[in-house]
Amino acid sequence: MTTREWLLSDNPVSRRQARLGQSYRTWLDFRRNGLAMFGLAIVLVLVLVAIFAPWLAPHDPLIGDLRTTRLLPPLSEGHLLGTDDQGRDILSRLIWGSRITLAVVALVVVIATPVGLLVGTTAGYFGGWVDTVLMRFTDVVLAFPKLILALAFVAALGPGIENAIIAISITAWPPYARLARAETLTIRNSDFIAATKLQGARPARIIWKHVVPLCMSSVIIRVTLDMAGIILTAAGLGFLGLGAQPPQPEWGAMIAGGRNFLVDQWWVATMPGLAIFIVSLGFNLLGDGLRDVLDPRRRT
Amino acid sequence: MTTRTNRGRRGALWIRKAASVTGTVAVTFLGLLIVTFLIGRVVPVDPVLSVVGDRATQAQYDAAYRALGLDKPLVEQFWIWLLKVFQGDFGNSFLTTRPIAVDIARVFPATLELATVSIVIGTVIGIPMGVWAAVNQGRWIDHVVRVVGLIGYSAPVFWLGLMGLLLLYFKLDLVSGPGRVDITYEYDFTPKTGLFLIDTAMQGAWGAFGNVVSHIILPASLLGYLSLAYISRMTRSFMLNELSQEYITTARVKGVPEWRIIWVQAMRNAAVPLVTVIALSYANLLEGSVLTETVFAWPGLGLYLTNSLQNADMNAVLGGTLVIGAIFVGLNMVSDLLYTLLDARTRKR
Repeated sequence: MTTREWLLSDNPVSRRQARLGQSYRTWLDFRRNGLAMFGLAIVLVLVLVAIFAPWLAPHDPLIGDLRTTRLLPPLSEGHLLGTDDQGRDILSRLIWGSRITLAVVALVVVIATPVGLLVGTTAGYFGGWVDTVLMRFTDVVLAFPKLILALAFVAALGPGIENAIIAISITAWPPYARLARAETLTIRNSDFIAATKLQGARPARIIWKHVVPLCMSSVIIRVTLDMAGIILTAAGLGFLGLGAQPPQPEWGAMIAGGRNFLVDQWWVATMPGLAIFIVSLGFNLLGDGLRDVLDPRRRT
Repeated sequence: MTTRTNRGRRGALWIRKAASVTGTVAVTFLGLLIVTFLIGRVVPVDPVLSVVGDRATQAQYDAAYRALGLDKPLVEQFWIWLLKVFQGDFGNSFLTTRPIAVDIARVFPATLELATVSIVIGTVIGIPMGVWAAVNQGRWIDHVVRVVGLIGYSAPVFWLGLMGLLLLYFKLDLVSGPGRVDITYEYDFTPKTGLFLIDTAMQGAWGAFGNVVSHIILPASLLGYLSLAYISRMTRSFMLNELSQEYITTARVKGVPEWRIIWVQAMRNAAVPLVTVIALSYANLLEGSVLTETVFAWPGLGLYLTNSLQNADMNAVLGGTLVIGAIFVGLNMVSDLLYTLLDARTRKR
């Protein structure tokens, strides 16, 4: 029996085999979608570039040579994408900047997803006034346009990458809470929850062990679709000078730095923008593809 | 059941819906005010120092501290602030030294004009695109529309703005650059409504009108593209939903022409959720306008907000945030009510 046959077996003998088989089928579904695979490739390349940045970057991202390498056009010798006004190699800065982009996305997801899940499942499970209070609060946060709320928070907390991450997280959790609540409402009254209750499980255990796992797939889809938005918001804050501070090679801040040389040295502002665009396109394609295979409502 | 009682029921339903929406909005507004107030309180900038300066004596400092009401409990401070906000008093901006409400009223028309032109562009192109994709589901046109939408979702709007300026203004000279109108045309008309397209057209200043158009076309197209991405995607999915319904099959069997099926029969139903989508896009444009206005030096609410931010003018930041938040909530409420009003299913009950 080959691995493939084992995975696709109709009579799995263990829980592990069934679970792996299910994942494999999802993967086969996903693989058929060319655009989604393209998105996945972009995201994988981003991750690899971020991990191996010190070995991939040909030059120092923070210190350039002001005398000899200032504002060199792309395809100059040793500087594939040209250099900026400080004589720094743009390609090297983009490569190191991928770490910042990835870190922002990862941290926002790690902060916002559990908060959203907790608020949503709690509201949905308990119902009544707990639900009302929590969801009203969620709606209030949702009522602000994301970027504006993040701007106000960064203005209050002071500019910087950490505060930008906190501000984006504060604006990011409400949709997950709503989603988790909706999912919880559909499973709250199911028989297996009642059975668990009869066995004496406490609400915290029921929510954590039985409700949260069932909310996961729809939340994961939503989070993946939001990642591009997180990248764009972070870049926007960087562009306004409220995110990562110079000389950090943050892509949004790099565009702002190239603004003064737009007419004659177009590459300084163009290259980081292309990087942001490609990466968020990758996340969007990936999220779209995931939704097509994971969302049961979209299955036909 | 006669039509009259039917209509009466529908009215009652709508009133109930309106009451519940109003209640929700009131609570949301209160939350909005609390959040904004609290953001203002966590600022590391000492509001007293910005009034008295850092060379003031302790007595002067204490006097100013009391004058600003900072010695009172937080709840009381909130109440005082709330009363002022309801009277349209957001305090003074220390950047422009004018009352913030006056500043906002002055810059708001610029944003309104930009957002309105953008949403018109986004709707006029986005809806046919979505319909076109739905009719050709799974074929290459569908994929093209999808990719065009995804590009709109993925590109940073401020970068698109810079690229647009570089290509269309600096290199090709097809459009005008930053700002709303060239200084040579600025005195050809008097800004009455603050919406320059309307002002210039009403006063017959056609040279200035053309100039205003050439200024607004690029930023509005870019913002329009962002809403187009959303509108076309939603139109496609609503349309697909309608086209799979049985009444469409019936119409086809009866020999109704295809264009009529799509644009009259299916569209009439798809239009209901679309109204919500367009209202939401319009609200989202406020957000996009912050970055776009910065790039295009467009003297609207977004630029006002970022300028205040960069100068740590906290009162102005909070005033701007509150106004944008309020408009956002308002548009959401309008779309919610319109949905109830237009949705045929609410009539049956």
